[in-house]
Order: sequence, then structure tokens, then C-alpha cells
Amino acid sequence: MIEIKNVSKWFGDFQVLTKVNETIGRGQTVVICGPSGSGKSTLLRCVNGLEPYQEGEIIVDGASLNDPKTNLYKLRENIGMVFQRFELYPHMTAIQNISLAPLRVRKWPKQKAEKKAIELLKRVGIPDKAEAYPANLSGGQQQRVAIARSLAMEPKYMMFDEPTSALDPEMIKEVLDVMINLAKEGMTMLCVTHEMGFAREVADEIIFMDYGKIVERGTYEEFFNNPKSERAKEFLDQIL
Amino acid sequence: MFDAVTRNITFLLGGFWMTLQLTAFALLGGIALGALVGLGRISKSRWIYQPVTLYVNFLRNVPLILVIFWFYFVMPIIAGRPLDPFLSAIISFIIFEATYFGEIFRAGYQSISKDLTAAAFSTGMTYSQTARYILIPIAFRRMLPSLITQSIVTFQDTSLAFVIGLQEFVRRTSIVDNLEVRSIELFGFVAVVFFIFCFIGSKISRHFEEKGRKTGLL
Repeated sequence: MIEIKNVSKWFGDFQVLTKVNETIGRGQTVVICGPSGSGKSTLLRCVNGLEPYQEGEIIVDGASLNDPKTNLYKLRENIGMVFQRFELYPHMTAIQNISLAPLRVRKWPKQKAEKKAIELLKRVGIPDKAEAYPANLSGGQQQRVAIARSLAMEPKYMMFDEPTSALDPEMIKEVLDVMINLAKEGMTMLCVTHEMGFAREVADEIIFMDYGKIVERGTYEEFFNNPKSERAKEFLDQIL
Repeated sequence: MFDAVTRNITFLLGGFWMTLQLTAFALLGGIALGALVGLGRISKSRWIYQPVTLYVNFLRNVPLILVIFWFYFVMPIIAGRPLDPFLSAIISFIIFEATYFGEIFRAGYQSISKDLTAAAFSTGMTYSQTARYILIPIAFRRMLPSLITQSIVTFQDTSLAFVIGLQEFVRRTSIVDNLEVRSIELFGFVAVVFFIFCFIGSKISRHFEEKGRKTGLL
């Protein structure tokens, strides 16, 4: 379970997050949407300790991130993250990208790590791309390798930071399909995305953020059919 | 026609050996110091960044020959005794070339996006693992062509050591020329030797550049 309690964060004088509260239970999929600059990505980065926050508390499986006793590296093994621009290691093949962390962090033998990597490549639908370098893969394929790389550590949670917004339209579906399957298999997911079709299919809850605050939350139907705030209405008009 | 060269070949090659030694020490020291200078140039601490930047900007805007001269004549005053010209030349080369290597390192360090590091962290890798398996290999591959090019420049620069009487390749050639008075052949020979080495070096640099481009690293 991830508990976010009254979290506030500033970049210098600029407040990016204001008293954010949210609980993500096991197996849930939460979709975060909102205009750019509303603090969605920053919130994700705070949850796996990539960014510090100044007030409040984030607790992952009972361990508070600000507690000096919490080992952030250990904690991140349980939280996979997928980025907008894939961020694959450009000097490694797909299979090397995926097996690096199991090999170095989990200290698995090479054979086991590679077997796992191939399984994962099958799972994301590109088993034939094992030896390909990122530069020779399409955006959709790169993003699927990136998802496989996160899954290789067998995380309990997966976070997605606008995983499809850098993709050509025809590649969006192949990535979303992988994500939908993950959600249906019971992965706990926190997704920043504007793909409302994805939200409708798997989201247990949608959070709408604006200016660093959670302005609205609810199920897909509540949010989509009956947005309460003016900002959410405007936003939905723009993206639909 | 090249009898002036062949007659003195041992003496000339002795000079070339000196040139190679100068280059080797200048590169070892220059690259090592350059790696630190590069770090200094991206340092968030004012107390590191400012002096390092001053050092880089100053040395990149004066001719190398001046640095060699200046160091050779000033050091005895500071140290109280004359410095060995070889040592003096090497130290001059190191402090001069390190500014150029430093800028190559700075560019290499900065070429890695913050998100790539975040991606490695998010798989549970520690900072040292990330540096070892991701950051350093990528930065190194990206820097390699420029490092080789700058090494070629350093190799050529070492000929300036002749101004403080060091008997490197060019200096020895001019000594031979004073006896033989066959400037065209003698300096033509020097030019050919420099050209061959530098040309091979630039081909190697080019090879890595193309390789980098193909794998999407550059």
C-alpha cells in the first residue's frame, strides 16, 4: 500500500505540490491527469524517492520515505517506473537493458536473468527484438522494452509517467494493451496519462490535479460524466 | 635525395622518441586532470566552479607557447632552482591540455539526461552501480571521438617544447638542418611522419564517431 499524506513540495519559492493526499491499495490502478505543470510527474518522482518533498509523509508498505532508516534503493526495487521518453540504456541491447538490474541488484546468475528477460519480452509482445539496440526500435517497441525492464525486478508497484505521450498514434495502442494486461493481472499501478480509454477500462480511481493540488477524484464515470469543478470540465473539453 | 634524412636517422628518431614520451605524459596527466576539471565545471559549489572556470577560460585564451615559456622561466623563481626542461614542458602541457580535455569531459557528463539516471535508480540500482554500468560507459563512448582528436592535437603541440631547448623531433631536425642545410627534405620528412600518425588517429576517431552515430549514442 502507498500512502501519501499531506505532501507539499517546493522548487525554491515555487510550490509544486500542495497538501496532496492519496492512498493506493494493493491491486488498484489509479490514473492521474491534469494540465502540464500541475505536479503529476513530480508526485510520481516523490513516491519512489527520486525527488525530495518538504512536508507531509509518503509511506510505502509501512516504511516512511523521509525516515533515515528507510533504504531508498531497496524501496525502489519494489516500485517500477516507466518514463515518457523511455530512457532505455542506449549502449545496451533490449535483453541487456532488461537483465541489468536483476544481474547487478538481485545478483542473479546471467542465465536466470536472461531467461527472465526473454519471458518478459514475450509478455510485451516483442520476443524477436532481444538483440536489438534501442536506436533500432520504434517508439512503441522501446516503451515496451522499458516496461519489461521495470517488471524484471518483479516490483509490487508500477508507476507510469505519460508513457504514451511521446509516441506516434499508431503505437499508443500496443503500449496501452501491455498496461491494461498488467492492471488486469493485479498489478498496483499509478499512471499519469491522458488516455481516457485506458482509464475507463482499468482505473479504479481518477485523480485530477491542477496547480499542485488534487482538485477532483472519483471513478471514471463520476469524473467523466459529472465533473464537479470548472477546471476539470475545461480540461475534459480540451482532451476529448 | 633523402640521404640527409637517412644519414641522421638514429638522431632524428631519438627526437621522435622524445616527442612520443612528451605526448604520453601530457595525455596521461592531461586526461586525468581534465576529468577532474570537467567535474569542477559542473560543480554546484561556487568555491569549486568559479576558480576552475577561471583557470579554464584563462588557459584556453593564451597561446600554448606562452604557457611553456612562462612556466619555464617563472618556476625557477618559485622553486629556487632551474627546472629540468623535460619536466617543465610536461607540466606545462598537462595544465594546458587539461583545460581542453576538461571541456570534453564536461560535455560528456552533461550529455546524460537526468531521467536516464532516474530510470536506473528506479530499478533499484545504487549510485555507484548506475555510474559504473550506465553513466560512465555512455559518457565515455560519447567522448571517445573528441578525446582522440584532442590527443592528436596534443601530439602536434608537443613540438612547441623546442622553444625551451628540448630535443624533440622538430628540434633535432633543425639541428641536423644546421649542418646539412637540406631544409626541404628534412622538414618534409618530419611533416610526413606527423601526417601519418595524425591521419591514422583521425581515422580511428572517425570510426568511433560513426559507430556512435549508428547505435544512436551521438
